Amino acid sequence: MPGEPLIYGRGLVKQFGTVRAVDSIDFAVERGEAFGFLGPNGAGKSSTMRMIACVSPRTSGDLSVLGLDPDRDGARIRGRIGVVPQEDSLDLELTVRENLYVYGRYFDLPRSELRPRIEQLLRFAQLTERGDDRVEPLSGGMKRRLTIARSLINEPELLLLDEPTTGLDPQARHALWDRLYRLKSQGVTLVLTTHYMDEAEQLCDRLVVMDRGTVAAEGSPQGLIGRYCTREVVELRFGPGESERHADKVADIPERIEVLPDRLLLYTDQGDATVEAVQRRALAPVSVLVRRATLEDVFLRLTGRQLVD
Amino acid sequence: MSGERATLALRVVPPAVLGFGRGRRLIERNLLVARRTWWVPLSGIAEPVFYLLSIGIGIGKLVTSIPGPHHSLIPYAPYVAPALLASSAMNGAVYECTFNVYFKLKYAKIYDAVLATPMGAADVARGEVVYAMLRGTAYAAIFVVMMAALGDIRSAWAVFALPAAVMIGLAFSAVGMAATTYMRGWTDFDMVQLALLPMFLFSTTFYPLSTYPRWLQVVVELTPLYHGVSLTRSLTLGYVGVGDVGHAAYLVAMGAVGLAVASRRIRTLLLR
Repeated sequence: MPGEPLIYGRGLVKQFGTVRAVDSIDFAVERGEAFGFLGPNGAGKSSTMRMIACVSPRTSGDLSVLGLDPDRDGARIRGRIGVVPQEDSLDLELTVRENLYVYGRYFDLPRSELRPRIEQLLRFAQLTERGDDRVEPLSGGMKRRLTIARSLINEPELLLLDEPTTGLDPQARHALWDRLYRLKSQGVTLVLTTHYMDEAEQLCDRLVVMDRGTVAAEGSPQGLIGRYCTREVVELRFGPGESERHADKVADIPERIEVLPDRLLLYTDQGDATVEAVQRRALAPVSVLVRRATLEDVFLRLTGRQLVD
Repeated sequence: MSGERATLALRVVPPAVLGFGRGRRLIERNLLVARRTWWVPLSGIAEPVFYLLSIGIGIGKLVTSIPGPHHSLIPYAPYVAPALLASSAMNGAVYECTFNVYFKLKYAKIYDAVLATPMGAADVARGEVVYAMLRGTAYAAIFVVMMAALGDIRSAWAVFALPAAVMIGLAFSAVGMAATTYMRGWTDFDMVQLALLPMFLFSTTFYPLSTYPRWLQVVVELTPLYHGVSLTRSLTLGYVGVGDVGHAAYLVAMGAVGLAVASRRIRTLLLR
């Protein structure tokens, strides 16, 4: 049916004992887009992903994946999607190539079909030379690339990635993003969770910000910045504990001010003009920085600054 | 392709055993791993063989015959050998379905990855149980060859000793896997030893049931290895009777219950 979303959740709830990990969320993912679930630890992102991946039955609400019901057609849905879990679950007792082979067999794929596909995926993951090595000694980035290659063995229409780049160094992250762009340009729908704002801005067409099991906001990265933040942020850095007594002197200049122990954040649409106005007030900050507002500012505004464990 | 030899082994195994859907994919995976650690089963096979050689031959010198089924008298080694055959099938199945499954479940997280594919919890349980059963049967097959070489097989019924080993392997691997899903740590595996050792010693392995007081006879008759031993003994000695249908039924029922529990537990643990 044209126009029907690829994934559709309405009033979706996941309850563990007395804890509501996911508390009645609504969302829809369209075919071909890259969709993100953004949120702090414990926001319910992974629980939502597991329900979509049909490895966790929903407590209540509606959920449809590829037009099917996970409760009834779990195996059929799983056969058509790819999953990159938060922690690599590679088979350490097998080689790189065997990992792809065995995983393909779990999907009932015939050997003749698997053989060329495995070589193609090894090239995609830049692992051809390591094909016959054991998985254990591979670097974190290589294991991640192999996990992604493995998730593509059944040529999925939909790829679910749970914190795909957590724990990787910058080079490995960029290499991985590059691979994900390529998949997206081939028409694969991407759904990912992340708490890296730059990752969400780079990869996602649309995203929802989750907080304590609910959806706090929804939109495109730029749309969210426009709605919940200003275009630019001026950061005034002071000595430790000194920022608070300067706050009153500049509070009227920006649209919004945030006081942190060592910094004042001035949210404004005209960064340079704000800096000039601040300088006229004869404050002496240790440093002044004008930067573009990011999703991180939106995120912190929506989910707060206190630490979640 | 490295998987080909593993798949060949699957083709040799009777398809009837494997007519259980996707579970066989897990067997294929296990065979690939086992290729690299082919020597691991040696210790498991060696144990009953040592018993057969030491006790069968040693004590056999002192005990010339023992009362067998239907008031017959049987030389000692052919009496003990089928019991050791049954326990070798048990050992192979239990090792696989306890230690190996626990490692895959709790540390290697193999099943988390498996369940993200079209495979389900029941496929995982069936795959592992049947693989463990095959390991037990392989132990038993080697043992049968040993028995034949030593002249401890006394009936043509012995051709059914392997199917009997399949039932013993099934019963113990299914219950072993179900038990493994309840283990909280490696120390809990001491309980497995605590269950296996007395069963091995008391299941009429070395002397007949009539030796025991009545209350102990009842206890022994309730345990599974006793039924496995009785069945293999009937077959290799050639005293097959109606009771053997009961022994077989006990083992199959135990396998079915264990499998159902194992499937449910895998679902509860991993598909939360």
